[in-house]
Amino acid sequence: MQVIKFGKAAALVVAFGVVVGCSSKGGDTSGAGAVDPNAGYGAGTSGAGSNNGMNSEEAALRAITTFYFEYDSSELKPEAMRALDVHAKDLKSAGNRVVLEGHTDERGTREYNMALGERRAASVQRYLVLQGVSPAQLELVSYGEEKPAAMGSNEEAMAQNRRVELRK
Amino acid sequence: MKRLSQVFAGIVALCVSQLLLAQDAIEITKGTDKATPIAVVPFGWQGSAPLSEDMAQIVGNDLRNSGMFAPLERSNMLSYPVRGDEINARDWRMIGADYVVVGQVSSSGGENLDLTYSLYSVAREEVLLSRSISGTRNQLRDIAHHLSDEVFKELTGIQGAFGTKILYVAAERFSVDNTRYTLQRSDYDGARAVTLLQSREPILSPSYSPDGERIAYVSFESRRPEIYVHYIRTGRRERVSSFEGLNGAPAWSPDGNRLAFVLSRDGNPEIYVMELASKQLRRVTNHFSIDTEPTWMDNNTIVFTSDRGGRPQIYKQSLGSGSPERLTFVGNYNANAKLSVDGRTMVMVHRQEGYRNFQIATQDLERGNLRVLTETSLDESPTVSPNGAMLIYATRQQGRGVLMLVSTNGRARSEIPTQFTDLRVPSWSPYLP
Repeated sequence: MQVIKFGKAAALVVAFGVVVGCSSKGGDTSGAGAVDPNAGYGAGTSGAGSNNGMNSEEAALRAITTFYFEYDSSELKPEAMRALDVHAKDLKSAGNRVVLEGHTDERGTREYNMALGERRAASVQRYLVLQGVSPAQLELVSYGEEKPAAMGSNEEAMAQNRRVELRK
Repeated sequence: MKRLSQVFAGIVALCVSQLLLAQDAIEITKGTDKATPIAVVPFGWQGSAPLSEDMAQIVGNDLRNSGMFAPLERSNMLSYPVRGDEINARDWRMIGADYVVVGQVSSSGGENLDLTYSLYSVAREEVLLSRSISGTRNQLRDIAHHLSDEVFKELTGIQGAFGTKILYVAAERFSVDNTRYTLQRSDYDGARAVTLLQSREPILSPSYSPDGERIAYVSFESRRPEIYVHYIRTGRRERVSSFEGLNGAPAWSPDGNRLAFVLSRDGNPEIYVMELASKQLRRVTNHFSIDTEPTWMDNNTIVFTSDRGGRPQIYKQSLGSGSPERLTFVGNYNANAKLSVDGRTMVMVHRQEGYRNFQIATQDLERGNLRVLTETSLDESPTVSPNGAMLIYATRQQGRGVLMLVSTNGRARSEIPTQFTDLRVPSWSPYLP
């Protein structure tokens, strides 16, 4: 149970890091290093998408393009849902195609993790489709544990690796 | 003088008791606990330029890797014979050797060499085997492994697998978005690695065909997973599966005509079998859970991992009909099963309890008892030598992936040497011609 609590806390810290890192543009992004490259991409999508909702909270949510999971779970967290609501709105208005990349931490066998990564990507897909995004806009790819965002076998690194990345 | 002979009689008595133990040890595959002491004497060589490989060392390592033999230190040897008729039994009794291997390499013109060797029994004071192996200077390792195979067969009755190869993937990570993946083929002991494929995207699940001529693997080179069959000799590649979703975990049928693999094109991962000649697909599993990691028990039976019971466990499914039968009941995670060639032993990734400790275990399929073979915590991808005597698995050491070679009896253990920083997904070849 301690593991799960820590994972949740770490994911919140990371999510917070993205928000801060984005709003301060080029500030100290330590703790969100693995996520930062995607933050830049997320902003790009919104620019190419539409001009609705320029308020800062929505921009911050739009910048979140990595969604974290508990160990062996594909259940979306509330903070991921809030960000996905904004992405769903953008995707519906822009009609563009994105890739949902599912990833896992290193525990468990590689092939089982390949399946688990897909289950996570499918969970994000299902949520976006429920918000009205066309399934044809969403491509799923699982990399399992093959492309870790953070190296190392500690809890913090593993929490950063259990994720789905939304990519153009 | 009297005292000396008493001491000597004592040593002989000691040796006799060791001999009795050693005779048990030959049957260690059936479970006793002592490796047979053997002396592999440095081979003689009369040529001017030294040989590029220490062949006696390679033979000693092979025999040690089987877990059934304990090669003696050279520094303890009292003499260095190179021919059977030069062996003095007393020199070897003194240091506790049950068997002695001697050899002499001679040039037979140009690049060609002959190795003449003898295997000697100290107890019987006679040569058991005396043979000659020919080859070129480029084949010193092959010649040594061949000698190991013959000695191993003579002493254990089991076909040696020291001339076999392994496949594995090496990853060199330069930054978060820049990793070079290469598919490597090397001798079973890691020597002479050759790159078969290089990619910027992951390569996974290499698997040797039963004829030893083809490899199946998953490549993400198109930024999504696809299954390829790769012909080793020509380098020709054929893409056999590129469906939407997962294309993973290819496994050859024993007859070499079919591949079992995982597809998620129906919404979640299921096991399929493809007839390679016709590309005809047949679905084997049908369940909303994760079904993955197929392997073949025989030409008509698939063993696979499924979390249909809540946690990953191993199941067996006949291709004919019927429902899957669960095979593992001990531990909260059992996955990635591989079967010994005789079908009696299953090797797998096993987690007894908790979240962290994944180890390699064997399960006797007739009696059901489970034995944990490894002691580290992220052990995975076991692959078994064709004679069942050794296995290689992947684990992590100081943040890097390494391959470990262990004997199935658990006695011998060593790391596969490599020039790369990170190794994973080993696959053992069949016996090769």
